Amino acid sequence: MIAQLTLIERQRAILISLAVTVCGGLIIIVGRDDVMGVHGALIFLSGLLMIFRIGGSYYLPEPSGDRLAHYYDDPSKVGIILSMAWAVIGLAVGDWVAWQLVDPDLTFGVGWSSFGRLRPAHTTSVIFGFGGNALIATSFYVMQRTSRARLPDQVTPWFVVFGYNLFCLLAVTGYLMGITQSKEYAEPEWYTDLWLVVVWVTYFVLYLRTLARRKEPHIYVSNWYYMAFILVVAILHIVNNLAVPVSLGHSKSYSAFSGVQDAMTQWWYGHNAVAFFLTAGFLGMMYYFLPMRAGRPIFSYRMSIISFWGITFFYMWAGSHHLHYTALPQWVQTLGMTFSLMLLIPSWASAGNVLLTLNGAWDKVRDDATLRFMMVAGVFYGLTTFEGSFMAIRSVNSLSHYTDWTIGHVHAGALGWVAMITFGSIYACVPWLWKRERMYSPGLVEAHFWLALSGSVIYVFAMWNSGVVQGLMWRTYNESGTLAYSFIDTLIAMHPYYIARAVGGLLFLIGGCLGVYNIWMTIKVPGLSTNQASDVPQPAAVGAGVLQAAE
Amino acid sequence: MAVEQPDRDSYTGYLTTGHEWSGLKELDTPVPRVLYFFLTLAFLFSVGYWVLMPAWPLGVTYTRGLLGTDQRALVKASLQDAALERGVWSKRIETEDFAAIQSDPKLMDVVRETGRTLFGNNCAACHGVDVKGGPGFPNLTTTSWLWGGKPEDIFNTIRVGVNSAHPDTHVSQMPAFGRDQMLAHKEELDVVSYVYALSHPGAKDVDPVKVEAGKALFAANCTACHGPDAKGNPDVGAPNLTDRFWIYGGDFETIDTTVWGGRQGHMPTWESRLSKLDRKILTLYVVDKRMPGP
Repeated sequence: MIAQLTLIERQRAILISLAVTVCGGLIIIVGRDDVMGVHGALIFLSGLLMIFRIGGSYYLPEPSGDRLAHYYDDPSKVGIILSMAWAVIGLAVGDWVAWQLVDPDLTFGVGWSSFGRLRPAHTTSVIFGFGGNALIATSFYVMQRTSRARLPDQVTPWFVVFGYNLFCLLAVTGYLMGITQSKEYAEPEWYTDLWLVVVWVTYFVLYLRTLARRKEPHIYVSNWYYMAFILVVAILHIVNNLAVPVSLGHSKSYSAFSGVQDAMTQWWYGHNAVAFFLTAGFLGMMYYFLPMRAGRPIFSYRMSIISFWGITFFYMWAGSHHLHYTALPQWVQTLGMTFSLMLLIPSWASAGNVLLTLNGAWDKVRDDATLRFMMVAGVFYGLTTFEGSFMAIRSVNSLSHYTDWTIGHVHAGALGWVAMITFGSIYACVPWLWKRERMYSPGLVEAHFWLALSGSVIYVFAMWNSGVVQGLMWRTYNESGTLAYSFIDTLIAMHPYYIARAVGGLLFLIGGCLGVYNIWMTIKVPGLSTNQASDVPQPAAVGAGVLQAAE
Repeated sequence: MAVEQPDRDSYTGYLTTGHEWSGLKELDTPVPRVLYFFLTLAFLFSVGYWVLMPAWPLGVTYTRGLLGTDQRALVKASLQDAALERGVWSKRIETEDFAAIQSDPKLMDVVRETGRTLFGNNCAACHGVDVKGGPGFPNLTTTSWLWGGKPEDIFNTIRVGVNSAHPDTHVSQMPAFGRDQMLAHKEELDVVSYVYALSHPGAKDVDPVKVEAGKALFAANCTACHGPDAKGNPDVGAPNLTDRFWIYGGDFETIDTTVWGGRQGHMPTWESRLSKLDRKILTLYVVDKRMPGP
């Protein structure tokens, strides 16, 4: 990896690592009376580790100019490995908290393993660790190929990958120590948030720089989505995390917003995190890997355009549907609900566009578990967006809100759509990246597919049942006109579904572990493919991709 | 230069857009009509909804909508309706005295139905869904009451709590006789033997000599609260030590722990959290759950 860096790049990398180390040292000093000091030590050690890692290979011979003829895929490789590592951690913690809901004593009595700390550790590990790394890794991969341009330098992508993982590490370890600003999906405290701003803006600029170097006249759909993902996540993250720390040496901060304004800002963030992190980015993935794997052209360019602008425009308004029947003024709820309903049309247009792309390749879907992962992801995307718009209707929401139905909905999206498209893309991408004929074991991919599918279905059905039962019990009145069930009655009714959910999660986790093993063996077992030279820009097709006078 | 042939996909018959990205192409398929239809439909529905409901901000106010709905007013109205519906029985429970309610089977049906959820949501966390308490929390189905077992007493206990923040709270504390060195270790064991024997008449596992010694110590140290006959005193929340009901446990070890380290239970005040009606229902519910007999 470091052998690929030029001397100047090695020096820059060391300088950046040194800056990180110094920051870590400062945080150790100012935060010595607080758990923040522990984070300082973590940052300090991370920086130090990088310095030693690069320093140890500092005097390796410089790479030849030949490298510039190839795409720069090392960061993508590392990103995919990190993504799978986070997947196993995140899924394992998720299943642990699922079993805690079955038996609350499974915390084993220590503070860090309480439900309230493990739950954000689970969500951050899967969304930001697993999902985020996969997005960063595939965005580098897809961007270079669809632009026929190499990444502009070899340090920035590493800064983005490692910087981002440092953010994930600080976030998750922070929750375990009790650091949180109690905003769902935005739990990390102010200094971790500031670090992510630095990393994320660098990521955005890197993307623009690569795009500026493109040799294709047109920007491929995937890149629209990746760009929207990077840009909007930056905006969301910065606005929602505006806060004032109680002191520079303390992890606690107070949000710039309060009351219902805070709730609205949080759910504007929260819902658009779903939209732009968990949807737009993964649609970018889907738009590249599905047609590549199927060997089919995208069904309709025009539908891509309508869906893209529809999704980006409508999603921005939808966040208030998380606050139906609250102190939020009703007119804001109305807008949230109606925009959520209109959102269904471009969402289904996207799902339709990719599923219709498979026309002419359904025999491959039958035979190839990797493509089937992506197909099922498309189906779950359609199902989840329908369900989401449905649940955004006020009267439906009055039943579904605060129940396990919401948990079921979010996991239909997270397991069925996000994780499936990611696994599919990774299984497609790994042989291409490491220049193998195919995955080490197609049988294990097949097994992973069925484990993931059955796990998702069990999970989602359990939570649908649990949520609807729960919601109905909450609103059932007896003949005297008082509540028929106490809260504990609903917990007893939900118990069997909680067991089913934890079993579904376990299947999904086992699938993820098979994936890690399969990917590891694919990388480890040599078996160079002869017909793939996928890190070299392919010659433009005749009559296509050439700048024309009118363009 | 050769004339470019349009690129046609052989499977669908559609032309591609002519763009190509490292092997990827797109078809120029027209957008299906049905998409425009549903987009228009969704938009028209939204416009209709905006016209009828509060929807768009206008500076300091907003469009109220033709239906004139207001979620706050709706909730208020439905709460009033619900209260009205319950009025047929709630008025009577609120105003009539306990004996009168207890003698009316219809009202007691309401108490059993409503009291179960009220108790489940507010009391069961400590006293258990079955009202039988647990270690540290009294069993409410017995005849043994710390602060009096008449409905009026129970109602008052729910109102003020025990060692709570309420100004009229019941206050009670069992001193730590062992830890605070009010009793020597030997004396402590004697008292515990005596107390153990009180509730275990004919027990063979205690030394009668110790029991006898404990009796004198009990009279000197414990009767102020527990009374000369050890049957407790509801004025200070001192439990009856002669029956088989124990809050913290009646085995020798646990009694010893209690005498050594003392006890101070806690029950919250419910006056500001539950309405008088709810507290009255809970009182009657608990009384109704009481086991018959001693």
